[in-house]
Amino acid sequence: MGRKILLEKAGIPGIREFSIYRSNGGYESVVKALKSMTPAEVSQEVTLSGLRGRGGAGFPTGLKWSFLDRKRISPRYLVCNADESEPGTFKDRYLMEFLPHLLIEGLIISSYALGVNTCYIYVRGEFKYIIGILQTAINETYQNGFLGNKILGTAYNLDIFVHPGAGAYICGEETALLESLEGKRGNPRIKPPFPAYKGLYGCPTVVNNVETLATVGPIIEMGGTEYAAIGKGKSTGTKLISACGNINHPGVYEIDLGLPVEDFIYSEEYCGGIKNGKRLKAVVPGGSSVPILPAELILRSAGGRQRLMTYESLAEGGFDSGSMLGSGGFIVYDEDACIVRNTWNFTRFYHHESCGQCSPCREGTGWMEKVLYRLEHGNGKMSDIDLLVSIAGKIEGTTICPLGDAAAWPVSSAIRHFRWEFEYHVEHPEVVGVINHGALTRSQEPSIQYR
Amino acid sequence: MINHRLHSNDNRKVEFSTDTMKKIRELILHYPEGRQKSALLPVLHIAQEELGGFLSVDVMDYVAELLAIQPIEVYEVATFYSMFNLDRVGKFTIDVCQTGPCAICGGEDIMDYLKKKLNIDIGETTADGLFTLHGVECLGACGSAPVLQVNTEFHEFLTPEKIDVLLDDLRELSKGNNDSKSRWVEKFF
Repeated sequence: MGRKILLEKAGIPGIREFSIYRSNGGYESVVKALKSMTPAEVSQEVTLSGLRGRGGAGFPTGLKWSFLDRKRISPRYLVCNADESEPGTFKDRYLMEFLPHLLIEGLIISSYALGVNTCYIYVRGEFKYIIGILQTAINETYQNGFLGNKILGTAYNLDIFVHPGAGAYICGEETALLESLEGKRGNPRIKPPFPAYKGLYGCPTVVNNVETLATVGPIIEMGGTEYAAIGKGKSTGTKLISACGNINHPGVYEIDLGLPVEDFIYSEEYCGGIKNGKRLKAVVPGGSSVPILPAELILRSAGGRQRLMTYESLAEGGFDSGSMLGSGGFIVYDEDACIVRNTWNFTRFYHHESCGQCSPCREGTGWMEKVLYRLEHGNGKMSDIDLLVSIAGKIEGTTICPLGDAAAWPVSSAIRHFRWEFEYHVEHPEVVGVINHGALTRSQEPSIQYR
Repeated sequence: MINHRLHSNDNRKVEFSTDTMKKIRELILHYPEGRQKSALLPVLHIAQEELGGFLSVDVMDYVAELLAIQPIEVYEVATFYSMFNLDRVGKFTIDVCQTGPCAICGGEDIMDYLKKKLNIDIGETTADGLFTLHGVECLGACGSAPVLQVNTEFHEFLTPEKIDVLLDDLRELSKGNNDSKSRWVEKFF
């Protein structure tokens, strides 16, 4: 079994209750931070830990915090991004469902470090039951004096509020999330100004992912330097990977960054290999937005080096032969999966979720969806393939927020690595619908694993 | 494509109960003074659950008045977010995930089975007013694909057999006089 930092307490019965969490060493890091450390010292530990944003971008958290405008006299806000909606990603749901106090612990310490007195958790609307779990946990935390005024007898005050979204992938983008939190449509803002200067209600704001904030507690407990010793190179610590698709054991796994991808896919401890004895065809390693890689390139880089679960190793080879760790949404495809159909599916998703502000994304995703639809349904032309590459190229880098890029990458990478399959669809319209794409074939009682 | 047509409420009275009003007043206090518009999304969720399952023009106007904002500010938000229903829905809305990870695990078959079984297409409601079928994008439960939600309650690892049982259960539930809507609002405050 691998090392557990986030999920260490996950197996304890009743761990959702404050008293049980506390009696198992929970909230010790809050006591340590508030009673024996200055906010600057807390931030310093986070910087030393090398923690990188777990939402997808992988931006160093300590650095992001250092940008916060602390000179201006104004309220400051910490917003927890729990709008987890990247296809393939379900790690934050698990963290909030089973360990709500781990998140609250991280929120208290992070707010203290940032000098924040009001914190919002923006939870996607579809997770209504999680809103209930979080609110119950927050209420308990208030009752036990870890939230509210004069926390633990110190001069520090903090309120945490849960805010529901209402079904919009775009609100996972931090400025769209802030707009949504202000009661508006989730249209991303033009940056700069960055939220660190002008965020929620025009005030300095930090927006961090659930997993990022949940990691802050353990970092304070063990010390930033010790945390940084785990992992490989600039990919420090552990990361939650949500594995799904055609594998034997879908689930949420905490891994040390640096684990070989091959071990992750085939070892019984993790994915347990491909379902029904099929062969591995492709993997999307970091949520639907990142480039898809064929089996040979996910196991080894184009240079022949073993591919590891790190930000750097998965990106090796750039977009020609690499991908990204992203949010850790690890989608595995077996030999039966139809890449054209999958690409059409993802493009429909981005077309549906485009906020409509920028023409390249609003129109481009729609056109890509139409072209992919006709390719998948036997009406495609050979020229459609290059047409798709051309549209994707015109979306990438031309939009306010990264949704445009996120819509373009799956299309361009699928054609880059599986062009023959697109050509086959054009040449053999008669096989359309015959290809066994995700037919309901189960060989065993399904279950999900968390470990 | 999405076609937004707003409906009126057939002259039915639109008003929250005293209890709900109390909760909404508390909710507004979560946000700084003058920022009561921030409560729009949660209040619309509550309105949709308590005032008929969908957001009619009358309901939206009522919410606008409560939050002291312009009606258009509510319309533009209600039409943006996919969880807000602008059309009437059945007692149970069945939201089937259609996105990639569910699709490669049999999600497409589940949708086809439901369409056949309920004899309706996506976006339609059964003649008895019980079920509305929606195709939705990723529900964040890819590890237990294929998934759907009934009034935001998750049902996972679906098979045709499980769908049969689920629909029977829901029909049975609808016969009782109990409130079938999820009670997340209770826990939220």
